[in-house]
Amino acid sequence: MYKIIKKRVLNPTVTMMDIYAPLIANKGRAGQFIILRVDDDGERIPLTIAGCDKSTGTVKIIFQVVGATTMALNAKAEGESICDFVGPLGCPTKTDGIKRVCIVGGGVGCAIALPVAQEFASLGAEVHSVVGFRNKDLVILEEEFNACSDKLIIVTDDGSYGRQGVVTAPLKELLESGEQYDEVIAIGPVIMMKFVVETVKPFGVPVTVSMNPIMIDGTGMCGGCRLTVGGKTKFACVDGPDFNGYEVDFDEAMERSTMYADFERREREEGCNLFKKEMK
Amino acid sequence: MAIIPKRCEMPVQDAAVRAHNFNEVALGYTVEMAVAEAGRCLNCKNKPCVEGCPVNIAIPDFITKVKQGDFEGAYSVISMSSSLPAVCGRVCPQESQCESKCTLGIKFEPVAIGRLERFVADRHNECGLDNDLLPAPNGHKVAVIGSGPSGLTCAGDLAKKGYKVTVFEALHVAGGVLVYGIPEFRLPKKIVAKEVDALKRYGVDIQTNVVIGKTLTIDDLFDQGYEGVFIGSGAGLPNFMGIPGESLKGVYSANEFLTRSNLMKAYAADSHTPIMHAKRVAVIGGGNVAMDAARTALRLGAEHVYIIYRRSMEELPARREEVEHAEEEGIEFKILNNPVEILGYRNPNDRRDPKNGFVTGIRVIKCRLGEPDERGRRRPVEIPGSEYEIPVDCVIMSIGTSPNPLIKNTTAGLEVNRRGGIVVEENTGKTSRDAVWAGGDAVTGAATVILAMGAGKTAARAIDNYISGKK
Ligand SMILES: Cc1cc2nc3c(=O)[nH]c(=O)nc-3n(C[C@H](O)[C@H](O)[C@H](O)COP(=O)(O)OP(=O)(O)OC[C@H]3O[C@@H](n4cnc5c(N)ncnc54)[C@H](O)[C@@H]3O)c2cc1C
Ligand SMILES: Cc1cc2nc3c(=O)[nH]c(=O)nc-3n(C[C@H](O)[C@H](O)[C@H](O)COP(=O)(O)OP(=O)(O)OC[C@H]3O[C@@H](n4cnc5c(N)ncnc54)[C@H](O)[C@@H]3O)c2cc1C
Ligand code: FES
Repeated sequence: MYKIIKKRVLNPTVTMMDIYAPLIANKGRAGQFIILRVDDDGERIPLTIAGCDKSTGTVKIIFQVVGATTMALNAKAEGESICDFVGPLGCPTKTDGIKRVCIVGGGVGCAIALPVAQEFASLGAEVHSVVGFRNKDLVILEEEFNACSDKLIIVTDDGSYGRQGVVTAPLKELLESGEQYDEVIAIGPVIMMKFVVETVKPFGVPVTVSMNPIMIDGTGMCGGCRLTVGGKTKFACVDGPDFNGYEVDFDEAMERSTMYADFERREREEGCNLFKKEMK
Repeated sequence: MAIIPKRCEMPVQDAAVRAHNFNEVALGYTVEMAVAEAGRCLNCKNKPCVEGCPVNIAIPDFITKVKQGDFEGAYSVISMSSSLPAVCGRVCPQESQCESKCTLGIKFEPVAIGRLERFVADRHNECGLDNDLLPAPNGHKVAVIGSGPSGLTCAGDLAKKGYKVTVFEALHVAGGVLVYGIPEFRLPKKIVAKEVDALKRYGVDIQTNVVIGKTLTIDDLFDQGYEGVFIGSGAGLPNFMGIPGESLKGVYSANEFLTRSNLMKAYAADSHTPIMHAKRVAVIGGGNVAMDAARTALRLGAEHVYIIYRRSMEELPARREEVEHAEEEGIEFKILNNPVEILGYRNPNDRRDPKNGFVTGIRVIKCRLGEPDERGRRRPVEIPGSEYEIPVDCVIMSIGTSPNPLIKNTTAGLEVNRRGGIVVEENTGKTSRDAVWAGGDAVTGAATVILAMGAGKTAARAIDNYISGKK
């Protein structure tokens, strides 16, 4: 069992937790993830490591409540435990030789982007962050991003906070204004990453994207997380989750992620009903 | 004594019934059946069956005990060579091992050695007494990576000698392929759980959710005071064919399909893990894994399940009993067929049509058998112009695995061969790295439970020799 040491609600649908898992806290690096099961009959779901504290032996996760499993996780209180927690999985984000980087995050993807931005900052790189949310209520981690970014631009779809628009607009302006990046790193919804790649392409800057396909084991055993990258089949859990954005087949990845859409909707509805019953 | 030409049949669940449930198919011998079958053994002098057994179980000796009604005695005989008789009695390819050598089998049906082994083990599990005398601790620590048959066996043998053994397992339950691969209807999970519990009683510490190479490295294990390490990490990553359409929705590797069903219990109505309940399923391949995937798909409600295999029925590498059971259940064999493309739905007028990207069929080409390959199996040769389409909504790829590079990449000095399998000394399982042994599928590529079990035993002996000889 893995104990929830701390729980903090970041916005109405995003929660942060510190989980006691000293082995993982010792080894986890930016860009890697864990897989957890909440209960004994639960599903295995991947979440990015949002930070590790070796002194307390805790691993930070930040998750958006989107379906049955994240709902069950969110229902756990500080001091309670979850059943399984394994990692660190996947390859850490490559930082070698990168002196200037632009990090682009969308929605809960910002939670995945934050440790990457922090890692670059700690290595002395110049970090520009462009983060986007649907509206003001959903903005998360502003303070944390501020602390590790030399420049931070926040956008919201409806303009209720920061600039109005999507992340690609300020990104394009930065590139047009002559900012020279060694790399752009995009983390968020697949559609956002696809457009970031298209935006950056004319400027010839390398783009790394962090992919999040459906996973089970996370050790390479099942092949469910496969993607087409540069025309080849890659397993996101062992070869990724970071890939060269110019080589990823985004349309295929988006399509594959909807394989269980019906099942997920039913599970979500059941989860909500159960929750409502318990509240009565 | 008159020879009985035919073996005693083992009762099975009726094919029409079992095709819709996940309960065990074969029901096992009764006492009377077992004694009668044991009576068929000629107890011949040269005991060819023992040679045919990869771990050389004293087969005629245990059969004699069964004949005499001394079932616990029979169990003791088997236990001297095998740690997992309840498992091996169910899943060993006996027809190409012990039973293929049986003297009686030259003219008649061979003695049903596998069924007798299963009977003895089940009988012991039901009413036998476990010798729970804990060995005196010898103060030495050994780490075992992976909890499949090779790891469990190695751990058990060392624990019985007094070693403090820790098993590190990447998944959330122990058992390896025995829990995530082989389905409940062929190997009930309670049998595997019983083996794992027995190890725990011997003081083996099983740490799930630890991926060696990620959570800890082999060097970390030595730093923590382990004096020897056994790697039993299994066969690795599933292969795909590289044909168009493999990324469509409804295409699985057999590992994924079986893991969802077995490990994550997706077959149960209240499971939180989704799995496709397809109506028409094509399984590509002809091994045990393919049979398991096909029969699982059937039990999940498929109306047509096809095994697509490029050679003929003769070359099917699966256990014969599984092929027979699959045929009885109505699995359709499309032999001498090779897939060339998986077809998917695409609505030209609506990019948002939810049906887009789902499998609609598979295009295959007919083959004939040509010259034998280096292993003596006749090579399939495609017949030009013979392509045709089979409508299906799910395709399961079961065409083998490639070794997982995780441990190799994080362990300096660990040698692997051209294919990625760990290189070991045959008689000991010793790797190129000091104090590290390996065995099972991680060394041989996908093979069998009994070979993995045997490799675990060999390595346990070698590890004991090494550690006890150190001072
Ligand atoms: C490497 C990786 C890192 C991730 N990091 C984070 C993170 O830090 N924070 C966060 O909020 N989310 C993250 N995700 C996404 C997260 O795993 C899903 O939101 C979660 O699995 C949803 O489960 P659910 O049962 O609550 O929702 P469901 O209703 O089951 O699904 C909602 C969505 O999640 C996806 N999903 C469902 N099951 C899985 C699965 N087993 N594996 C992957 N995706 C799945 C589905 O495609 C669907 O779009 C990450 C995904 C991956 C692959
Ligand atoms: C569907 C299916 C059906 C089969 N049917 C038969 C049959 O009928 N008869 C037969 O004889 N054989 C059969 N086999 C083959 C047989 O199961 C295998 O040969 C045998 O299980 C190999 O044992 P193993 O100990 O080498 O590895 P495995 O059983 O594969 O176990 C390896 C374990 O190691 C774990 N692991 C891997 N990497 C790490 C790591 N880095 N850190 C920690 N843990 C790790 C894995 O999670 C797994 O639990 C079948 C296989 C499959 C997949
Ligand atoms: S999640 Fe199973 S191979 Fe990646």
